[in-house]
Amino acid sequence: MDVTANTPYVAAAAATANRVRQTDLRSRGEPFVWVLGGTLAFGIVMIIGFLLLVLWNGVETFIPKPIAVVATANGLTIAGEPTRSDAFKPNENALSGLADDVRAKIAHNAGLASRTLYRVGNFDLYGEDFKWVTDYDVKSVTYPKDMVFVERMEWGPFIGTVKSVKLDDQVIEGLKLDDPQFVKAHDVARARWARIHKIERDEIGAINAKVERARLNVRRAEMKEGRDGPAYQRATAEFEQVSADSHATYEHLAAEVQELRAVNDKSSVTFADINGREKTVSLANIVRAYAANDLGMGQELGVYFSRWGEFLADEPREANTEGGVFPAIFGTLAMTLLMVIAVAPFGVITALYLREYAKQGRLVSFVRISVNNLAGVPSIVYGVFGLGFFAYVLGGSIDQLFYPERLPNPTFGTGGLLWAALTLALLTVPVVIVATEEALAAVPRSMREGSLACGASKWQTIRNIVLPRALPGVMTGIILAMARGAGEVAPLMLVGVVKLAPALPIDGIFPYVHLERSFMHLGFHIFDVGFQSRNSEAGKPMVFVTTILLITLVAVMNAVAIVVRNRLKRRFVGSQF
Amino acid sequence: MNVATATVAAPSANGAPPQLHFDDTVCHIKRGAQGNVLDIKDLCLWYGGVAQALYNVNMTIEQGMVTALIGPSGCGKSTLLRCINRMNDLVDGLKIEGSISLHGSDIYDRSADVIALRKRMGMVFQKPNPFPMSIFENVVYPLRVDGVRDKTFLQETCERALKGAALWNEVKDRLDQSALGMSGGQQQRLCIARAIAADPEVLLMDEPCSALDPIATAKVEELIDELSGHYTIVIVTHNMQQAARVSDNTAFMYLGRLIEYGDTEVIFQTPKAQRTQDYVTGRFG
Repeated sequence: MDVTANTPYVAAAAATANRVRQTDLRSRGEPFVWVLGGTLAFGIVMIIGFLLLVLWNGVETFIPKPIAVVATANGLTIAGEPTRSDAFKPNENALSGLADDVRAKIAHNAGLASRTLYRVGNFDLYGEDFKWVTDYDVKSVTYPKDMVFVERMEWGPFIGTVKSVKLDDQVIEGLKLDDPQFVKAHDVARARWARIHKIERDEIGAINAKVERARLNVRRAEMKEGRDGPAYQRATAEFEQVSADSHATYEHLAAEVQELRAVNDKSSVTFADINGREKTVSLANIVRAYAANDLGMGQELGVYFSRWGEFLADEPREANTEGGVFPAIFGTLAMTLLMVIAVAPFGVITALYLREYAKQGRLVSFVRISVNNLAGVPSIVYGVFGLGFFAYVLGGSIDQLFYPERLPNPTFGTGGLLWAALTLALLTVPVVIVATEEALAAVPRSMREGSLACGASKWQTIRNIVLPRALPGVMTGIILAMARGAGEVAPLMLVGVVKLAPALPIDGIFPYVHLERSFMHLGFHIFDVGFQSRNSEAGKPMVFVTTILLITLVAVMNAVAIVVRNRLKRRFVGSQF
Repeated sequence: MNVATATVAAPSANGAPPQLHFDDTVCHIKRGAQGNVLDIKDLCLWYGGVAQALYNVNMTIEQGMVTALIGPSGCGKSTLLRCINRMNDLVDGLKIEGSISLHGSDIYDRSADVIALRKRMGMVFQKPNPFPMSIFENVVYPLRVDGVRDKTFLQETCERALKGAALWNEVKDRLDQSALGMSGGQQQRLCIARAIAADPEVLLMDEPCSALDPIATAKVEELIDELSGHYTIVIVTHNMQQAARVSDNTAFMYLGRLIEYGDTEVIFQTPKAQRTQDYVTGRFG
């Protein structure tokens, strides 16, 4: 190298050599560590904050709250659970009627006054569930011990006092709600109610299904041979027989229901609201009643957990804002599992072909890019496609071929569990394909060569060596697909999710698994309760609880998949030395 | 790649291979009593259609002998080895001319069955590549892919192969444990056991000791010594001492050509070609 050409540089270096050289800040890199760490911390704080918000709101929803009796300055008395408070700007008219000191206070607070929302219940009496009370109007707040909170089958909660209790046509004065006699009578009445429900839904449903099947047989025979054929005659005779039998059974069951109802009608509770208006509620229609201001710790916990139990195991009532979400849990689980069953083989086979067999070239690259882009298509588009292709075209053809006797009522020709699962499978298949391809590419070449050198064919190598080794990666893809699929709502609204499904997709009626049925889904439930119900204020806490549930469900499914994946990893990947 | 096109493919676009200044192969080999297993004739090979890796290689591999392929990196010795069991078929855009005969039948013939061919040859790779299965399943893998189900036969084969690979005493109590938990040297001997389980005619070894420590290397070399005679072994090695120790015949390759092929003693002590002499004395390479 020509030294003289570098003289200026050498001189500068000599000059700096006398000073202590400090590494330039940029080259040390610490600022970037701070930026990266800070970004991560920000993300984590957001996620934890979100989870805490949902968790807190969800967990405290079912805690029984005290009932406040509020007397206002303008002579109104209301009783209700204080729900939330906020600040608002009272209008001029309202302000002008106030005392000077109150006005001064409001002015001091930049013109803001506070108000509290009370859940007053008694929708049947008041026509509203919630009432705002401005704090400056409040004369007194008391918590009388005899106030009760009653959850009913209809009309939402009742808040008031117990006037009288009638058990088996006998009016019993002064019976408390936690009296063993009342508790026992209530349990028995609820059991009778459950029996009525079971008869009406399951047993009469089974009879109807049987008659319907016989009727469809007639229709099928008629379509096949016309009305003159022997099969038609036979089917008709059978139909009449079944109808007659069923009618007898039906009469029998109806009589039982009648009887149970009559017994239940003998017991009721008369409540009075805070202003003395009375309301009589059949004992069987009371889900839960407790003296809200007179609960011990144990009773409070009892109410809390009984509400959780109802939430997890029962059907919804009151337009989904109360009761349970069991059908939605079941629907979500069933759909997600069905989706996995559909997406896993499809995605894996596609990826296998793309990576192992297809000649890597422009066409394969194009296919790969297209697959990746599919993941970016708005999910509602998949919903439209699912409805158009799966439900109308595929389902319509299935109906034509296999269920012509049911037309024009669609069987598979409308949204249902199967089509929803397939639509979501389509939506999530890119995730599985990409993950599987990565996993296949990561299988060491030496493994494949080792197998091929043993005289294994390509397929044997893939099956015995490559696939097991890639399985953990495939599982990762399936986990991602599940997480995405379980949380998806928009496409489901088009292909089979409903606000309230009349029956679960699996029940006791032949053929037991009904993939064509519409179903409920937690994600849609959140949307429905939060934004579509009559009373969004009452539904709000349910939104949080349902969100917790959905997050938990997805987390549990993922955890199971992760455990499986780690096992596979230990078994097939191990540690190369 | 397609077998048929490999054998009948036309010469590369640039015609005849560039004539570098090489002597013709110096071959001085005493014929083995049992004759030749492999006969390699005028083998030329191109990667990607243009980069020629082998130039007119002619050599015969003798029955029951250990033949070592030596030469500097990139001289084509591994490529040549992988031609013998057609592992190079996996490489895209590969072109082969010339022929390799196994007991007289051309393995690159249109009608040759690659899978059947590979079953007649065992191969041991540079890095131990045990499968993620139990030790037992690893050893009997060649039989499993053949569809053998007879349990006693599998067990006998496993024992014989592991004994053959001098591994039986170390693993006989943990045959059902994962092979991935073994040491590197054990794994490599397991791979040798796997390679000899199906009783191959030729054992191909592609630098089998390059990933092993000296003690494991010594064991594998000892094993090669024991196996010679039973099997025809072709071994690629970087290590000239190793070639001198284990082999009967040695082939020296340089830049895709076979420079000298002959008795190991002759190659290492009185090589005929100047390049061979330079290489074995450490003047280059």
